[in-house]
Amino acid sequence: MKQYIRFMKPYTLYFILGPILMLTEAAGEMFLPKMLGEMVDRGIGTDGAAGMGIPYITAHALMMLGFILMMIVGGIGGHYFSIKAAVNSSSDLRKAVFDHIQTFSFKDIDKFSTGSLITRMTNDITQMMNTTRMLLISAVRAPGVLIGGVIMACTINARLAAVLLVMIPLLGIAIFLLLRTAMPRFTAMQSKLDMLNSRTQENITNVRVIKSFVRDKLEIKRFNKASSELRDSTYDAMKIVVCTIPVMTIAMNIATLVTLWRGGNTVIIGGMGVGSLSVLIQYITQILGSLMMVSMMLINSSRAAASFGRIMEVLNTEADLNDNDAKNRDKLVTEGRVEFKNVSFKYYANREDNVLDNISFTAEPGSVVGIVGVTGSGKSSLVQLIPRLYDAVSGEVLVDGVNVKDYSLMHLRDGVGMVLQKNVLFSGSIEENLRWGNENAGMDEIRAAARAAQADDFVTSFTDGYDMELGQGGVNVSGGQKQRLCIARALLKKPKILILDDSTSAVDTATEARIRESFRAELKNSTKIIIAQRISSVIDADKILVLSDGKLAGEGTHDELMRSCGEYREIYYSQADKEKEVS
Amino acid sequence: MPPMGPPGMGRGDRNKRYAEKVKPKDIKNSVKRLLAYIGEDKGKVFLAIGCVLISAGTNLAGTYMLRPIINGLGEAGVSAEERVRELFLGLAVMALIYLVGVTATFIQSRTMIKVSQNTLRRIRDDLFMKLQRLSVRYFDTNSAGDIMSRFTNDIDNIGQMFDSTLLQMFSGLLTLTGSLVLMFITNIPLAVITLLLTPVIAKVGGTIASRTRKYFSKQQETLGAVNGYIEEIITGQKVVKVFNHEEKVKGEFSGLNTQLRSVQSMANFLGGIMGPCMNAMSQVNYTVTAFVGSVLAFFTRLGKIGADSFSFAALDIGGLTVFVNYSKQFARPINEIANQVNVIMSSLAGAERVFKVMDEKPETADDTSRVRLENVKGDVVLKNVTFGYEPDKVILKNISMYAHPGQKIALVGSTGAGKTTITNLLTRFYDIDSGEITIDGTDLRDIDRESLRENIAMVLQDTHLFTGTVMENIRYGRLDATDEEVKNAAVTSSAHMFIKNMPDGYDTMLTGDGSNLSQGQRQLLNIARAALSRAPILILDEATSSVDTRTEQHINRGMDALMKNRTTFVIAHRLSTIRNADAIMVLENGEIIERGTHEELLSQRGRYYELYTGIKELD
Repeated sequence: MKQYIRFMKPYTLYFILGPILMLTEAAGEMFLPKMLGEMVDRGIGTDGAAGMGIPYITAHALMMLGFILMMIVGGIGGHYFSIKAAVNSSSDLRKAVFDHIQTFSFKDIDKFSTGSLITRMTNDITQMMNTTRMLLISAVRAPGVLIGGVIMACTINARLAAVLLVMIPLLGIAIFLLLRTAMPRFTAMQSKLDMLNSRTQENITNVRVIKSFVRDKLEIKRFNKASSELRDSTYDAMKIVVCTIPVMTIAMNIATLVTLWRGGNTVIIGGMGVGSLSVLIQYITQILGSLMMVSMMLINSSRAAASFGRIMEVLNTEADLNDNDAKNRDKLVTEGRVEFKNVSFKYYANREDNVLDNISFTAEPGSVVGIVGVTGSGKSSLVQLIPRLYDAVSGEVLVDGVNVKDYSLMHLRDGVGMVLQKNVLFSGSIEENLRWGNENAGMDEIRAAARAAQADDFVTSFTDGYDMELGQGGVNVSGGQKQRLCIARALLKKPKILILDDSTSAVDTATEARIRESFRAELKNSTKIIIAQRISSVIDADKILVLSDGKLAGEGTHDELMRSCGEYREIYYSQADKEKEVS
Repeated sequence: MPPMGPPGMGRGDRNKRYAEKVKPKDIKNSVKRLLAYIGEDKGKVFLAIGCVLISAGTNLAGTYMLRPIINGLGEAGVSAEERVRELFLGLAVMALIYLVGVTATFIQSRTMIKVSQNTLRRIRDDLFMKLQRLSVRYFDTNSAGDIMSRFTNDIDNIGQMFDSTLLQMFSGLLTLTGSLVLMFITNIPLAVITLLLTPVIAKVGGTIASRTRKYFSKQQETLGAVNGYIEEIITGQKVVKVFNHEEKVKGEFSGLNTQLRSVQSMANFLGGIMGPCMNAMSQVNYTVTAFVGSVLAFFTRLGKIGADSFSFAALDIGGLTVFVNYSKQFARPINEIANQVNVIMSSLAGAERVFKVMDEKPETADDTSRVRLENVKGDVVLKNVTFGYEPDKVILKNISMYAHPGQKIALVGSTGAGKTTITNLLTRFYDIDSGEITIDGTDLRDIDRESLRENIAMVLQDTHLFTGTVMENIRYGRLDATDEEVKNAAVTSSAHMFIKNMPDGYDTMLTGDGSNLSQGQRQLLNIARAALSRAPILILDEATSSVDTRTEQHINRGMDALMKNRTTFVIAHRLSTIRNADAIMVLENGEIIERGTHEELLSQRGRYYELYTGIKELD
């Protein structure tokens, strides 16, 4: 809760005014019955005594209308400020979480998973806002009615009001017990519901499998089981919850009866007026009603607390990788030399096996370095250490002779262009997407980069050319086209080091060769590190690294490796016999 | 209502729900069908209705009892002891009424929960059963999210109606009419005043509500935009980092967020003032009736109104107390009923969506195919087959091909060429428009679908696993297979190695479509599943696309064993996997443009040659 104060602070006034204005409603609800009682008792008169007549009654009625007017103004004002407070603070919270996620390292993102980060930013924050609003509106009002009601009841007749002192705690305990029983049952229900939903989801996506294996009867049987389990657990939970209303009614009824009995006797001996008695009964109803509201409020805030906890978990996660200790903040990447010195790496500290084990190599400025190896051998992990997307566990990664940890992240990543294996384009035009590489690029620069990535031809063939809108994730271009756009985007950065992580797998070999050709011509001075599935993509590299189980199994040119490295030969032959046959 | 919100409501669905107005079209029909689902619980519903009648009656009676009790207290000419005795008797009657009322409420709510849960289960099970009967075309043309939301949102909505709304409305209406009748009995002028104020209250509420709706749909729209942006950026977060784009997206987000803030404030404000306004209206009603009532009571007391003149307006203090209580009770059901109407409308709309699925034509609707296949040899012939998913868009044009028992036929071509379509036709996921497909000489359309599919095993590119253990997932291929047979199938598909290394081996639970496995490993499990099946015809649609070339070499031996003695259709992007096929068909735009063995096609130096040597992009 303490942490939430940070987000409340700018709106302190709203946070205070909202609930306070809501007090007018509570006050109105307190005084109106009282005034009614007076109007009846004194205006009409009871027990033989003549009443004070029409002027008194009229005056009271006008006063009551005045109170109502105040309630409307106060109520609307209270809502206005409460909503301002809730919306603004949660809006700030949303912004803070979003900004904080921007500082996350790849590892932090992996830890939370994309889906969970999205849920926290959307559902959880909305939940927070709704609860804050509700709390502000009723946090003072409901207890206000409760306390005010007790006070008013006491001023009418303290002895009679004493029944509340017994009923309130009793009702409180009863509701608490009911909810405590219901909560775990709701959790159980939720898990049954999740199960049923995932069954259904599976059945929808796997329809071809189910049909081709003719397993519909099996699936129906499984679903029926999950479905009746859900029914039973829902019933279990709900049957407790529905008890709250009868329990509450019983409490109210008992309080009414007791008050009527004792109050009735008092009236008979002349201790109080009939009007006061009926007002007292109204207060009792109001008080118990607000008690119900307070308990609902507590339940809701416990759920919001869970949401808040999940949001705070994100905000409190210090990015595990930052450049606070960088010694060479102002250094820019100028040459593009990459050097690994005994580098070991693993994603999770508690894992035994290293993903990369004691890797050492050097990539000279302007050279082409190819990396090959089977799936899971550590190729992507290796290149991700260069722009410091992850930190090495031991050993040193040097760029231009300086440890990557000593660069500012900004300068380091500006110097390294990387095309990730999992390419993402964003919604927006092609031009806007390419501009990610360089916001200030002129149109001719953009087209030049696209040409180098062999993308210009197909882009200009679109009706809207570079203005064509891409759907989210670039769904409306083909796989090969998407890869070429991603390469163009990286080229626009004019990086000193260019890393392609299996980025041409969907591009045909001829186009790929042209892309490599333009690298040679236009990125002469940049170091190019290329991960490839196809040996043909790296066959003419200055140096090829062969990875196997996280270890460097070979290093050298194609010819050298064919002679010295069994692993490399095996990969080569698994792909190359077709070329032999053709030629 | 329970303190829990409706479970399982997703963001997207909520946006959609606000965006398009949910209005049921054929209310009568939907209600009739929903009622039919109550089925054997009918008796319980009558019990609940009886209880509602009782509790509404006791509610009114309880309030009405106050009048004689309070009047009795101040009655002149009766001794104090007499009055105490009367009070006691009155309270005893009230206590009895209360007791009956609470008991009825309790029984009613428990009964209805039972009824609603039973009914929901029946609807859910029926819907699911129907889903299993629908054709693949239905799943191809409707998004999974939309079908899912019928199971979650729509059924939730129906449940809400059954749980509370119906009876609440019923009891609200009862209380309303009952109060009105009793008000008229108590005092006619006061009752008329309340009756006149009612439309005013309804009007104020309606005006605010319609404004609110407008802003709420705007809020949903903006929220949708913000959430969409969040989703897109966080999904692409790694790219953001690689391009040092953090500051830029922060700026963009800030703009969207500010926009949301102002729309959200307005929508919530309008929604929020509904409460105080309605509350104030009911207080006005209360005050006006109290004022007029007091005046009437005053004159009654003075004797100016009474037995001889204006007797209809006469009012005693007990009557005033009761009336004021009624007027408070009166405003509440109006609001409640207004709210419930929304719930009922949206749940009827939900019911309609559910019934729409149930009314879809099942796969076997016009099926006359009764031939059951036995001892299939696997002789497959396609003769002049033409087909399109939509009538005016032909995908396959006049395709003819054959596969002798045990042969391996490969299909090659770009995306959209029609390769997968051929497999859809072989399994009768779709029926051909013209031409003929036969298996062992029998026309496909004459063969019972189940029997046909039992004879075909498929491995698809999209890997489909189910929540359950590895063992259960492989056994999906043949339910009566022994553990030993399952393991052998895993060995055949090279899956055994990695399964052995999993925490619980074959008993490891796979969750969420096997997200704890790599794409390649999932494909191996799918292959194992097909290996376990004894179907004589095998379809491999990009079955090894995510397995790297070296692992693929390892499983090739297993694959050979898998394909032995089975007629196999193979679709593969990676052409090295189909080299040893008995025949390779190159498809382009729905036509077979080349056919022959690997060597024949290479020597033709045509499209296959271009693809094979990588001159041409396969996409």
